[in-house]
Amino acid sequence: MRRVSPRTTQALAMVYVWGGGIITVLILVVVIGYVLVQGAPGLSLDFLLTAPQGGLSGEGGISTVIVSTIYLVAVTVAMLLPIGLGAAIYLAEYAADNRLTRVIRYGVETLAGVPSIIFGLFGFALFVTALHLNFSILSGALTLVCLLLPTMIRTCEEAMKAVPYGYREAALALGATRWQMTSRVLLPAALPGIVTAIILCVGRAIEETACLYVTLGGSAAMPTSLLSGGRTLSLHVFYLAMETNAFEKAMATGAVLIITIIAINTLTNWLSYRFQRRMRGAV
Amino acid sequence: MAGKKKRWLALPVAVVLASMLALAGCGEAATTEEPGDSPPAKQEKSTITEAGSTTVQPVAEKLGHAFTRKYPDVTVVVQGGGSSTGVKSAAAGTVDIGAASRELKESEKTLGLVTHVLAQDGIAIVAHPSQVVSDLSKEQVRDIFAGEITRWSEVGGADREIHVVAREEGSGTRAAFEEMVMGEVLIGAGAILQASNGAVRTAVAGDADAIGFLSFGYINDTIKALSINGVAATVANTNSGKYPVVRPLLFLTKGQPAGVVKQFIDFCLGPEGQAIVEGEGYMSAY
Amino acid sequence: MSRHFMDRLARYVVFVTATLSFLILLAIAVFIVKEGAPTFEKVGVLDFLTGGVWRPGQGQYGILAMIAGSAAVTAGSLLLAIPLGIACAILLAEVAPSGVRRFLRPAVELLVGIPSVVYGLVGLVLLVPAVRHIGGNGFSVLAASIVLMAMVLPTVISISEDSIRAVPVAYKEGALALGATHWQTIWRVILPAARSGIGASIVLGMGRAVGETMAMIMVIGNSIVFPKSPLDPARTLTGNIAVEISYATGIHEDALFATGIVLFLFIVLLNSIAVVTLKRGTHAQSLA
Repeated sequence: MRRVSPRTTQALAMVYVWGGGIITVLILVVVIGYVLVQGAPGLSLDFLLTAPQGGLSGEGGISTVIVSTIYLVAVTVAMLLPIGLGAAIYLAEYAADNRLTRVIRYGVETLAGVPSIIFGLFGFALFVTALHLNFSILSGALTLVCLLLPTMIRTCEEAMKAVPYGYREAALALGATRWQMTSRVLLPAALPGIVTAIILCVGRAIEETACLYVTLGGSAAMPTSLLSGGRTLSLHVFYLAMETNAFEKAMATGAVLIITIIAINTLTNWLSYRFQRRMRGAV
Repeated sequence: MAGKKKRWLALPVAVVLASMLALAGCGEAATTEEPGDSPPAKQEKSTITEAGSTTVQPVAEKLGHAFTRKYPDVTVVVQGGGSSTGVKSAAAGTVDIGAASRELKESEKTLGLVTHVLAQDGIAIVAHPSQVVSDLSKEQVRDIFAGEITRWSEVGGADREIHVVAREEGSGTRAAFEEMVMGEVLIGAGAILQASNGAVRTAVAGDADAIGFLSFGYINDTIKALSINGVAATVANTNSGKYPVVRPLLFLTKGQPAGVVKQFIDFCLGPEGQAIVEGEGYMSAY
Repeated sequence: MSRHFMDRLARYVVFVTATLSFLILLAIAVFIVKEGAPTFEKVGVLDFLTGGVWRPGQGQYGILAMIAGSAAVTAGSLLLAIPLGIACAILLAEVAPSGVRRFLRPAVELLVGIPSVVYGLVGLVLLVPAVRHIGGNGFSVLAASIVLMAMVLPTVISISEDSIRAVPVAYKEGALALGATHWQTIWRVILPAARSGIGASIVLGMGRAVGETMAMIMVIGNSIVFPKSPLDPARTLTGNIAVEISYATGIHEDALFATGIVLFLFIVLLNSIAVVTLKRGTHAQSLA
């Protein structure tokens, strides 16, 4: 049998490799494109500003859903930021390379891999049932905090680590305590990175569904307090698709979701780009 | 740079606090009425929460809207989840009213729930509008759902595989169906399980070989209701007792209802509420 | 307040927040085990894991069918995602000119950001009817595998790309100097060197696949049955939990938590394998 020349193999391989890239992009385009195209007719100011009327045809819009989503995310970030940032500061600045630190890091890494439905189960058992918070924004937010903690910690820690060592040396040489150095020099310098972390978590919170499915309840009404139930955009898409015939509304909601995610992604990329440029220019 | 970090944190904290205050100002926290509370005769904003059967959901929403039109300071929040969710949530006090589309099981009768019959509802066997088969005997329906009859040709249709669509176990519609049609026979394991009447309808409407069961109120022209033993699936036939598969739609409360909740239930069981119930395609409770 | 006091206080505060992660992990484990353990007493561990019938109404709790469902869907998605993902990783790391790369990378990142319900929705509206044409009723392991592949792909791509890039340049230069074509270098030198990273990406992708819930519920049919062909419907472990948790009581609820235990242990195992594989890989490379 004639041996296949390496050049032929290479050509075929290039087809394979480029094909892989093209198919990947194709998947992205099909998913996003289909939802945007199908959903665009449903998008209007009216859609965004009316409440869902419920019923089988899914009449109405998504105003209460948008409010619930914003409310949930705001409460989540308010709780997530101090805890995540604190842990990141500890890991970046204070932690010695000992067993305790390894245990903590193991905790963070493992938590990152746990599927979101398990967080949902946990939130259901602890917040909804045991603490009697019932299906509420608070239960959902607390569950989300647990879910997003590893992401926040990791990203903030990287932000802190990216600050050039010279900053630390300069501050300490001027006689600052560790905390003064951290709070007055490092954190402001790492600020764009931290903001990136927040936005990243906001994005993940918006797309999260499984853990909220079992802690938020399915109510589509306007949330009036931390203890009201609610529905996020992602959940609304799910309910619309599974319980009503209103696929156009589902697509429209999906379109809103996708546009939001794209905006958040772009913002994150731009911010981290600016952050890196800043750091590169420093000492 | 003193205080720069604190200043930066202040902004998001302020935003969160402001939004929380604003939302709190717009409405009060949901008030769950405990039995024994004095009814709020004065106009104060309150919320009634209902959850459970997806069969009851649309009519509960219509009732809720009508009630709010009459008493503008009360909002009725309606959720789904299935009859068993309704029973569980009502018993746990998570919601004010639980909705079920079946009778309480023996094990549920000790939970301290009071039942209020909202309506009577028939369960229709449905297939795709293009399906040639229009009538089945009760035994045939049972055998199809049990997985004994697997091709449409066995009941007078084309030689195609029957795709069975059913509900998950927590569904009251399924429980009622099992009790009245299946008897002791179990629904076959190969059935596609959907989480609501609406989802069953969507599944059957999209598949020419599908068969499923759902509440009368969900019948529309995307699907075709089959007649059982020659009796068509109409409200008239359920009224006259000819149609064999009928079950009650229940509102459940923990103990006797009081306050706004009692007002709402009285409204639903009264002439205005029952008119809405019949308008949705169900039979009134009496 | 003296600044030294602040310093002390700060140290304690950040330490507490850091231990919180580990505590949460512990709390999750404790809660899930606490709620789920009674099942193993009443049903028996072996019966639970190998029982093929799950009918809470009849008091039967065997999750084998769900394990099969999760396994089938995971295997299916990996079968599709691995070749595709590695191809794309090679493209990004070795072959593509920087212009293409600048466009492709954000595209892969965007794939990660799309919510699972949107994938499920598109799957429901496009894939399920398409599969129906082939056979069965559309809600199937096949549809679910394709949807899952789209979600696992970015994980495989980005981690594989990183590990391909991490291969020391000396390897590549050596091979090329010896007269190998670019592809021969990739296939016989770089990929084997990046083997552990690619392996880790597959394991992590597996973890992602097993943990996916909502998109699965939408397209897989949720029948509690052994999938015998890709066209059969099935139910995943995650879908089982999500669908039934809202109304389950008593033993049924405990059994769902027990399902959670199984999932949790499996994922922790997978992640540990991935971490070890990665570490071994970087260690081996640093020795080179």
